[in-house]
Amino acid sequence: MNNELFPIVWFGLIGFALTLYVILDGFSLGIGILFPFVRDDEQRGIMLTSASPFWDGNQTWLVLSTAGLYGAFPLVYASLLPAMYLPLVLMLMCLFFRGMTFEFRSEADSYKGFDIGFSIATLAVAFIQGMIVGSVIGGLASDDSNFAEDAFGWFSWFGLCTGAALVIGYALLGAAWLIVKTEGRLQRRFYSMVRPLMSLFVVSMLTVVVWTPFVNERIAERWSRFPNLLWLGLVAVLMLGLAVATVRSAARRHEKRIFLLVVAMFVLGLIGLIASLYPIMLPPDITLWKAASSRSSQQFLLVGYAIMIPITLGYTAYSYRVFRGKVRESEE
Amino acid sequence: MLGLDTVDLARLQFSTTVMYHIIFLALSIGLSTYLAFLEAMWLKTGNRVYLGIYHYWLPHFAVNYAAGVVSGVIMAFEFGTNWSGFSSKAGGINGVLLTYEVITAFFLEAGFFGIMMFGEGRVSRKVHFFATCIVALGAYISTFWILASNSWMQTPAGYAIENGRFIPENWWHVIFNPSQPFRFVHMSLAALIATAFVVAGIAAWHLYRNNRDTVARKMLSMALWMLTFVVPLQIVAGDVHGLNTLEHQPAKVAAMEAYWKIEPERAGMPMVVFAWPDPEQEKNRYTLEIPRLSSLYLTHSLTGKIQGLEQWPEDERPYVPLVFYAFRLMVYLGFAMLGLVALSLWLRKRKRLYDSRWFLVLTMLATPAGVIAIEAGWVTTEAGRQPWIIYGLLRTVEGVSPFSVSTLVTSLVGLWGIYTLIFAIGAYFFFKLVRRTPEESLPAEEQHDDAQENRAPRHPFSRRSRRDS
Repeated sequence: MNNELFPIVWFGLIGFALTLYVILDGFSLGIGILFPFVRDDEQRGIMLTSASPFWDGNQTWLVLSTAGLYGAFPLVYASLLPAMYLPLVLMLMCLFFRGMTFEFRSEADSYKGFDIGFSIATLAVAFIQGMIVGSVIGGLASDDSNFAEDAFGWFSWFGLCTGAALVIGYALLGAAWLIVKTEGRLQRRFYSMVRPLMSLFVVSMLTVVVWTPFVNERIAERWSRFPNLLWLGLVAVLMLGLAVATVRSAARRHEKRIFLLVVAMFVLGLIGLIASLYPIMLPPDITLWKAASSRSSQQFLLVGYAIMIPITLGYTAYSYRVFRGKVRESEE
Repeated sequence: MLGLDTVDLARLQFSTTVMYHIIFLALSIGLSTYLAFLEAMWLKTGNRVYLGIYHYWLPHFAVNYAAGVVSGVIMAFEFGTNWSGFSSKAGGINGVLLTYEVITAFFLEAGFFGIMMFGEGRVSRKVHFFATCIVALGAYISTFWILASNSWMQTPAGYAIENGRFIPENWWHVIFNPSQPFRFVHMSLAALIATAFVVAGIAAWHLYRNNRDTVARKMLSMALWMLTFVVPLQIVAGDVHGLNTLEHQPAKVAAMEAYWKIEPERAGMPMVVFAWPDPEQEKNRYTLEIPRLSSLYLTHSLTGKIQGLEQWPEDERPYVPLVFYAFRLMVYLGFAMLGLVALSLWLRKRKRLYDSRWFLVLTMLATPAGVIAIEAGWVTTEAGRQPWIIYGLLRTVEGVSPFSVSTLVTSLVGLWGIYTLIFAIGAYFFFKLVRRTPEESLPAEEQHDDAQENRAPRHPFSRRSRRDS
């Protein structure tokens, strides 16, 4: 291909959108995952209120990732989605249900049913997202474009592990967000969660990293080559450093630093994942050049992106600024 | 399942999820416009009635909008999960248009929706009003792009085909393809009409119970004025859109009108008022016709000729009964709406608008009229495009993902289950919300003054102040 640069740019931009989704909806999902650990209706209300002004915008990054894939890499969009059909449909159903319980809760007379439904749906969404990532790393075991024929091709034990890891990661992100947005007894509750959640997260991440070379030969080969091993070691050390720093910040009550450190861990993890796969977009063998749409499509998309994404980030930041500070009462 | 093949099942799944989704969208477009107008009127006149109506509809809008977002996420995935043949070939066009919708509309709506709903005391009234307007604007931008995408599938333009994939050549032609402007106008007006009927219906119901409710009176009057202007406009827009369809998708029009044969020259085409179109015999049964009327509205001449379905091979025709009935339903509803509007004008003139109980009942019955017309219109245009997914270029059969029947039945049952559940809960809360009388949402005079004296306005537009009042 002579237009090699565009697909690489687009690969990066979709990674960017997906990373923002994972972080932004990650903390909203984390809130739902932490629901069972907070018993009081009023306090749960505060937890939800901390996310409600950003709720829809956060999920829009998922739509952008999906739509971007559709426009810039139609082959990946049209192979990955059918291959993950049943888990995706289940995830979408749960996303729908989660959104509606969130919305209706404020109108309800009794919160209990909504809270249980909200929490279960959230847990399912988080777990399935992690599982899909695992299945993608493991590779979709069939030849080109016929992914859809095997209804259970998506299942893997590795996927269960990545699913669990993401649930824990989102919970950690949620706790870190809520430390920033709450105060008093509720905030202390989340402070106390940081250490156990971080321990679990580190263990689950290590498991995933050790397991990965066994499910993806290409990654195994790549990681074992000389300079790469060094990089891998560096990322691992950085991750552990961030983990330790997070726990310390929690002990010293550095509210915002905890959140930033957890975000840094997510970003680093996602970069590591993308770098390990590059230039394969869909293992085992769909490269980003093979999957790319035409130059005219990617070029036109880039124009829109270059203009709109800075503006979008601008008013998104404005919205976070407007709603900065502690949530004092639930706006239910 | 029931003798349906995988293409039927995939279509059934897509059509039910999108028909569900469009209800929220239509009402979101309409309500966001209405709210922006109400806020403008309140800021301009200081009349608390506008504020009361605003408060009354704000939670409805919130729920609709949120439902639109999450059911929209499902749609964004479904193009890929269920239509991989289509999306892998046309992603370079439809995927790009969808991405433009996300970056120019979805984020805009979502970002300012937060400020609109929860900005109490945190932003000035001007910024709040700005946010409300942006949310409404976002709804139209979104409509623009998604209809560019749909219209391109109806009347493709500005593309080339390379290795079976559709490559954009001229984006201007892709976006403003021949049916896009018509569809955009028709759908935007339809959303306003659907919302106005819902508002009018709820207002009528409250007036039926207590016709002194000043807020409900204002609500009914505003909604009916809206309909008075927009319904006739929509009939014209629909006619023009029909002419556009006749030019670009004549087989669809033939199915809409149930014309099988090419009639002899100069006879003029009748309008089929009622019939049972029989695709096997290729003729209509139990027919009731008005001579020459179709020629008049389709060609604007009494002797105009319209192509019959026999002109296309059997495997290039849509399923006529569905298209025919869906189109009849939409058009008859349109004229019934016009009748209601005429009655309202007559009652207004006699100053009996708020206390003619029969008219209030009629308006209540018309509550879902606009939504039903939208659904019927979409069935007409989508079923009328068949057997093509991209008109004349790619067949629906080639666009579908290769799933087994059992996989599709599983997803279909799951989705129908969750949609039914959410519909039930949604309906419960809808009735709970509309049981509040409009007068209740009128902000108390003193509270309002308090706020002004303290110069720390509890923002009158937020959800919370509604609950406190």
